[in-house]
Parts: sequence; structure tokens; C-alpha cells
Amino acid sequence: MQASGENSTKESVGKEEKLSSVELFFYRLKLWLKSSRPYLMVLGLALFLLFWYVTTEVLALPRFEKLPGPTVVLKEWLSRDPDYGISIYTPEYYQHIMKSVMRVLQAFGLATVLGVPLGLFMGWKKTFKDYSFPILETLRPIPMLAWVPLAILMWPSRESAIIYLTFLAAFFATTLNTLLGVESIDEAYFRAAQCLGSKPRHILFRVVLPGALPFIFTGLQISMGVAWFSLVAGEMLAGEYGLGYLIWNSFIMVQYPVIVIAMVTLGAIGWASSSIIRFVGSLLMKWKVREAGL
Amino acid sequence: MTQNIHEQNHAKNKTGSVCPGPTTVRGKISIRNVTKNYDPDGANVLALDNCSIEIEAGEFCVIVGPSGCGKTTLLNAIAGFHGISSGEIYLDDELLCSSKKTAVPSADRIVVFQNGSLFPWYTVLENVVYGPDVQAKMSKSQARKAAEELLEQMGLRGILHSYPSEISSGMRRRVEIARAMINNPRVLLMDEPYRAMDALTKTVMHKHLLDIYDASCKTVFFITHDLEEAIFLGSKVYVMTTRPGKIKKLINVDIPRPRDFRTLSSEHYRELKLEAIEAVHEEAKKAFEAGERELA
Repeated sequence: MQASGENSTKESVGKEEKLSSVELFFYRLKLWLKSSRPYLMVLGLALFLLFWYVTTEVLALPRFEKLPGPTVVLKEWLSRDPDYGISIYTPEYYQHIMKSVMRVLQAFGLATVLGVPLGLFMGWKKTFKDYSFPILETLRPIPMLAWVPLAILMWPSRESAIIYLTFLAAFFATTLNTLLGVESIDEAYFRAAQCLGSKPRHILFRVVLPGALPFIFTGLQISMGVAWFSLVAGEMLAGEYGLGYLIWNSFIMVQYPVIVIAMVTLGAIGWASSSIIRFVGSLLMKWKVREAGL
Repeated sequence: MTQNIHEQNHAKNKTGSVCPGPTTVRGKISIRNVTKNYDPDGANVLALDNCSIEIEAGEFCVIVGPSGCGKTTLLNAIAGFHGISSGEIYLDDELLCSSKKTAVPSADRIVVFQNGSLFPWYTVLENVVYGPDVQAKMSKSQARKAAEELLEQMGLRGILHSYPSEISSGMRRRVEIARAMINNPRVLLMDEPYRAMDALTKTVMHKHLLDIYDASCKTVFFITHDLEEAIFLGSKVYVMTTRPGKIKKLINVDIPRPRDFRTLSSEHYRELKLEAIEAVHEEAKKAFEAGERELA
């Protein structure tokens, strides 16, 4: 019984090694296409678009009749000569996107560079946590919008104030998740590392960091989400460019289809940025991917 | 015939069976009058009460006792995870810890943990290489070569590049022992390493551990609450009382080595087991009646 258990483990491990990652990708894609999941996904999307179309354009129900319908939005979006100046053929559209993406990247980058080491250190050194955790926990629940006046007072330009607001939200999410990640590491790993002759730097880089990595990447996904959230809020209040500014400005200028174009763009970019983080995470955590039996 | 040898040994030799491998000169542990108080919620708990144990270099010493009797407390004090309230522990006549000094964890006393502690983010090979690598005792390529050889000897060649989550729990324990042995520790501290395993896996693991012991003759400090395991593996078996943990009885297991599963059916093994059961049962009953929650 024991022997057969061990043999089967060996065999399955052997099989995994024979499949290259590309082959594995196509194998999983094939499985996915065979399941009902992709078709249900398409069906769900179609039902949503149908609901939107029927309520706004066909029936024009009260409270819905002012909203731009899907065909209007799509026509505007794909038009070479858009009525309101924003479509996939206009450079302004990409300027807004680039501006927002750059702001988020700066804020997210800064939040990661500062938040991950801070969280690691807080989790690793209990005394440091005792100093810093109460401050973090008091500042963290303050909604980003409450920071807007101070941010404008603090920073020399609107641009830096917006990046600051975006950074702040991302920073708290990253730090807290990194801290939780370190605290989730089983004490036995620290003890084993000590027994094996580790110096403090080995514990930090070979136990604390890899052990916290799954939580860190969860934190980075949350951080990216709240970064976009705060960015749009900041751009609406204080921006001159960017997707948030575009939404608010289009509202004031009564260019309703542009609002929806910017919203859908935000959704797509947000989804893409989360996927990139997940992908980088799976590259760095091969052990986690294999643990899940994939 | 073998029975006769057992009895002769029993008569002339009261020190338990000796390792057939190379003579070990290092790894003598001397535990003298060790007491440990815990103070978790204001209630003073006496975990260890005046424990004294002498372990010769190269001896396979087993501590057996009911749950929560302070076995692990003793092991943790030797490993350096926490201090003791009074008494001293010496390793090769050097003071390891006392009430004023907590031992510093080091690669000469490596623990094999109850629930396993292979780093899940490293492959089997990376785990085994970890010790030599951080101690910078040998170059990376030397360490790698040594690890590959050791794993090969232990029959773990096929899983070098697997992650711990991909191999069976029995394999994981073997890798953990390999990860300890590559550092050539003076003492192997084993904290109920086979606790969660089924009986069949256990017998395979026991044989494997005895093979390693017979070949290396490292001092082993092994904690368990499984009596059969204790007598099958150990040269000396110390029975501990319910909390506060004291040494209640020393059983010299003079069954000669190498031992295998046939040992389990020998008359002498059964006698020793009975002796141990009598000592332990009383304590287990006390622990059960006290209804105390387990202390780590």
C-alpha cells in the first residue's frame, strides 16, 4: 500500500516534467474549451449587453432613456470621425489612457517599493511592528477622498497630489498584506532555518520573503485595484488629463457616450493590470502553482 | 538462538544496545536538574520538574510520555528555541543552557519537526542544500553534489526537483532527515516526526531511520508517545510523568542492532514493551483524568 502510494507520486511527478510549459498551456486550454465555462461566460456577456440594449434603446424605460445605449457607444468608439472627439482613432483617447496609466504605475511602483519592505520588516521585527502598526491602522481606514484637501495643500502641483492620493491607497493595501503574509508563515520554518545555521539576512531573504510572497501578490492585486479607484477620484477633482478627468468632463459637456467609453476602458485596463500581476506572481511562485495541482 | 543472545546481553549489559557503526565521540548531552515554568495567563505552570538525563555520544535516546508532559519543552530547550528556569544542559561538557543562558540554535543540533518544516518554496534539492549554503561551509557546486549523493543514498534520486507539496508525507520526512544529516550535526532532535502517519508507513520510516542511525551513529534525541516506536528505535527509553514532567523510569533496550521488523515479534521486545506500558499507562490515565489541554 505504502509502496504503491509512493510509486504513483513518482509517476505523476515524472509526467509533469515531461510536459513543457507551452504544451501544458495548450492542454489546459483544450480542457477549458471542452468545459462549459467559456460558453457560459460568452452567454453571460451577451445577456448583459442585451439587457443594456433593450432598456436604453428599444424600450427607453424611464430613468434609462438618458443613458447612452450600446450601439451609440460602439459607433462613437469605432468612428473615424467621432461626434465628441474621442474614439480609437483619435490621439486624445490614447493621451488620456497614457496619462492615467503612467500615474497609476508611478503610484503603484512607489507603493510596492515602500510597502513591501515596510510590511516585511514589521512582520519580521516585532518591536518595529509595535511602533508602527497603530499609526498604520489609524491612517488606513481614512477614505482617500478625505485626503484630497490636504493632498492639494501638501503638494506643489495637482499632478503630484493625484499621484500621492493614488499611492496612499495602494501603499496601505500592500503594507498590510505583506505584514499578514509574514505573520502567516509557520513558526516551524523560522526554527528550521535557525537550526540550519541561518544568519538574519538568510531568514529575511530565504524564509520571510518567499513565505510572504503569496500574500504579497494578493496585496499587489488589491493595491492595483484601489490605485485605479483613487486615481479616478483624484482626476475627477483635480485633473487636467486622464480617464477620470475625461469621465467628469464629458458629464459636464453633455458628451454621454464618452463617459461609457472611458468607463469600459478603465474596466479593461484594470482587468489587464490584475492579470499581469497574477502572471508575474505565478512565475515567481512555481511551488504555489504546482501545489495547486495545475 | 537470537533469543539467547538477547538474554545474555541483558544480563551483562545494562546500558542498552550500542550502534554497530563508527564510534561517535561527539554529541554527548547531559541534562541536569532541569526545571521549566511557564507563565501563560498568570497561572504558573510547571512544565518540567527536575529532569536529569545523561545521553552518551552516539546513543539513540527516546523520551516517551503522555501528551503535554513537557517532552517538547525539553527538546526546545536543547535546540535553543526557549530557555529553562533552573538546571543546566551540557553538550560535550560545554554549557548549552541554564537559567541565565538560552542556547542559540545551531547546525550542530538540528530538529526534525512534528509537522514537517521543509520550505515549500524550495525544491527537495534546494532544501537539502540550504544548510551548507547559508553556513558557507562549502561552495554552491560542492554542496549541490553532496546533496545529490546523499539523496541518492537515501533512495530519493527521483524527486530532486520536486516541491515538497508534490511528494508523499513519508518522502518529506526522509528529505527532512537528509536536510539535517548533510550538516553533520552532533545531535539529531526528533519531535514526534512520525506522529501523523499510518502504521504501515511508520514501519517503513522506522527501518529507514534505523538504517541511517546504524550507518552514522549520530546521537538521536527522539520524542514520541508511541511505545512500540520507542522500544523498537531506542537504546534507552525514558518514561516521563504527566505534567509536571519528571523522569519516571529508564528502560534499557538491549535488543541488538541492526534491528528489523522481526524484532517486533521477539519475546524480549514484548517484555520490554510490557514494562513500558505499565509505567506509561498510569501516567496516561492521570493525564486523561486531569483533562489538561496539550501544551506544545
